[in-house]
Amino acid sequence: MHQIKEVEEKGLRKERIDRPIKARTDDIYFLSSFREILYLLGPRIVLILFLLLFPVFSPNPYVLRIFELTCASAIIALSWDFLVSSVGLVSLGHALFFGLGGYIAASFSAYLGFPIFLTIPIAMVGGAAISTLLILPCLRLRGIYFALVTLIYPLLLVRVIEATAILGGTLGITDVEGFPNYLVEVYLVVIALLISFFGLRRLLNEDIGMVLRAIRDNDQMVRASGINVTSYRALGVFISSMMTSFAGAYVAHLYMFVGLPHFGLDYSIFPIAATIVGGIGTISGPLIGSFLLLPASEALRALGPLRIVLYALLLVVFIVGKPEGIMSYLQRKYHQIERWIEV
Amino acid sequence: MQEILNVLIYGLVQSSYLALVSIGFSLTYGISRMPNFAHGALYILAAFIVWIGLNVLGLTHIFSILVAILIAAGIGGLLYWGVLIRVRGMEASEIIATFALSIVIVELIRYFGFFGTSYGLPPFFEGVVTIGGITIDYQRIIVIATTFLLVLFLWVFTHHTKLGLGFRAIAQDEHVAMMLGIDSDLMAALSLAFGSALAALAAVVWTPITQIASEAALNVLLYAMIICILGGLGSTIGVLIASLVIGYSQILTSTLIGPEYQMIVPLAAILVILIVKPSGIFGKQKELEERV
Repeated sequence: MHQIKEVEEKGLRKERIDRPIKARTDDIYFLSSFREILYLLGPRIVLILFLLLFPVFSPNPYVLRIFELTCASAIIALSWDFLVSSVGLVSLGHALFFGLGGYIAASFSAYLGFPIFLTIPIAMVGGAAISTLLILPCLRLRGIYFALVTLIYPLLLVRVIEATAILGGTLGITDVEGFPNYLVEVYLVVIALLISFFGLRRLLNEDIGMVLRAIRDNDQMVRASGINVTSYRALGVFISSMMTSFAGAYVAHLYMFVGLPHFGLDYSIFPIAATIVGGIGTISGPLIGSFLLLPASEALRALGPLRIVLYALLLVVFIVGKPEGIMSYLQRKYHQIERWIEV
Repeated sequence: MQEILNVLIYGLVQSSYLALVSIGFSLTYGISRMPNFAHGALYILAAFIVWIGLNVLGLTHIFSILVAILIAAGIGGLLYWGVLIRVRGMEASEIIATFALSIVIVELIRYFGFFGTSYGLPPFFEGVVTIGGITIDYQRIIVIATTFLLVLFLWVFTHHTKLGLGFRAIAQDEHVAMMLGIDSDLMAALSLAFGSALAALAAVVWTPITQIASEAALNVLLYAMIICILGGLGSTIGVLIASLVIGYSQILTSTLIGPEYQMIVPLAAILVILIVKPSGIFGKQKELEERV
C-alpha cells in the first residue's frame, strides 16, 4: 500500500526490458561466453539434475512414490498440452489413453506372462493405435466435436467392461508384474519424462511441429497448401496418446493393479488443471503445474473428493483470471529486467 | 403384438426424455455458440434442490420445482456474466471452464452424500393407466406431454416474441443483429439461463421415474451432446428426430439384446454420423464451417 502511494506521488511506472543476453541470443544466436551459455542452459540443467538426483536424496519410500506419480502425471500433462497447443484439439478424455495403456500392459503381463520390458512398449504402441483409430472419425471436423467424443469414450469403455465383465470386470486385473527394483522403477519414469519433454521441444521446432501449429492456427490454409490436415492431426493424437499410454502402463505396473479407476475422471481433469495452471503452450508449464499440483493434492488427501473440486475451481480461476499461467510469469522474471522509471 | 406396442410406447417415453434433456443444450449452442458442459450438472442440481425443498424445507412440490428452475436459470446467467464472458470465442477455454464448473457442482453434491440410489422424488400424480394391455404410469405420460408442450412453446416463443426473435437473430448473424440494437451479451446470458432452466425442467419431470444420483450428470451431458451431434448442433428439429432415432433404437436394443447394451447405441450412432454426415441430420447451414 505504502509503495503504491509513493509510486503515485512520484509518477513512476514499471519498465520491463529484455536482458541483453536474451536479446542477443534470440536474434543472432551468437554466444560469446560461458555466462551466456549458462544463461541458456541453466534452467535445463537445473531440471535434469533435479529429476535425476531427487530419487537419490529421498530415502523415504512414500515421498519417492509421490515423485514417481508426479513424473507420470507430468508426462500426461505434457501430452495434453502438446495436443491442445500445437494441434489445437481439446481433449476431455485423456483417461481413455491412460486406461488403454494400463489395460493393455496389464493384460499382456497378467494373462500372457510377458515381461515388463515388452508390455510397456506394446501398451504404448497398442494404446496409441487403438486411441487414434477410435478418434479418427472426428478428426475431420473442427469445433467441439473432439472434446465431446473424447469425453464419451472413457465413460463408455467403463460401461463396456462393466457389462461384459471382460478384463476382470469391475474387479480389475490384480496379478500384474511389479518392477524388479526401485532403481528401475524410478529412473524409467524420470528418463521417460526427460525424453518426452526434450523430444517434444525438438519436435515442435522441426517442420512437422510447424505444420501442426499451422493447422491449429488456420486449417484451411494448410489444406490449401496440399497438406492432409486429417493425417497430421491423427499423427498428433498418436504421439499424445502414446505418451499417455506409457504413463498408464507405468502406473499399472507400479500399483501391480489396473481397474476401472484407470478410466476415471481424475486422469482427464488433472492434465488440464496442471497445464492451465502451469501455462498452456509452453511445454515447461505442464511440468511445473504437475510438480505443484500433485504433491499439493497428495497433501490434501484428507479432503477426499473435495480435492477434485479444488482442482476444478483452480482451473476456473486460472482460465478466467490468469489464462497464460505461472510459466509466463517465471519467463518474464528470468528474461527481463524490471525497474521503476519516472513518467 | 403386445411386444410391439410395448416398444412403441416406451420408445416414445425414452425419446421424449432424450429430447427434453437435449433441447436446452442445443438451444444454448444454437444461439450463442457456447457449449454448456455444465448442462448435466445443472440437471442434477435441480433435482437436488427439489429434494431439499420437499424434505428439508418442507415446501410444496410445485413451489420447489419453480425454485429449482429459477435457481438453475440464475446459475446459467451467472455462468455467463462471471466466467464465459471473459473467455468467449476461445473454444478451448469455454469447454474447459464449463466442464470444470460442472465437476465442481457434481462433486459438491456427491460430497454432501447424494450418490447411490436412496434419494427419489415423488411423482406428480400417483397411479397407472392401461393402454391396449400395456401399463404405463402417469409420470411417463407427463414426460411425453411436457416434451410436446415444450416444443410447441419454443416454436411460438422463437417465432412470435421479441426475445425469441432476438435469439434467432443472434444465432443467424451476430454482427448484423448487434447493428440492429440487439445486445449480444444479454442474449448470450439469457440463452445460457434458458438452456439451464430447460435442464432443470427435464430433471424435475424425469427424476420421479428414476433416482437422484450424481452419476446422472455425466449421462445427461453425454445424451445431450450425442443427440445434438446426431441432429446437427443447434437445430431443434434435428434434436427431435435424433431423439426419436436414439430413443427407439435404445428400447429395441434393450428388449432384443439386453439392457446393459443400451449405452452402446448412442456411441455407434455418433460414430456412424461422424463418418457419413459429420454435420448431423439437420445441420445443413453450418456444414462447411465445421468441416476441416
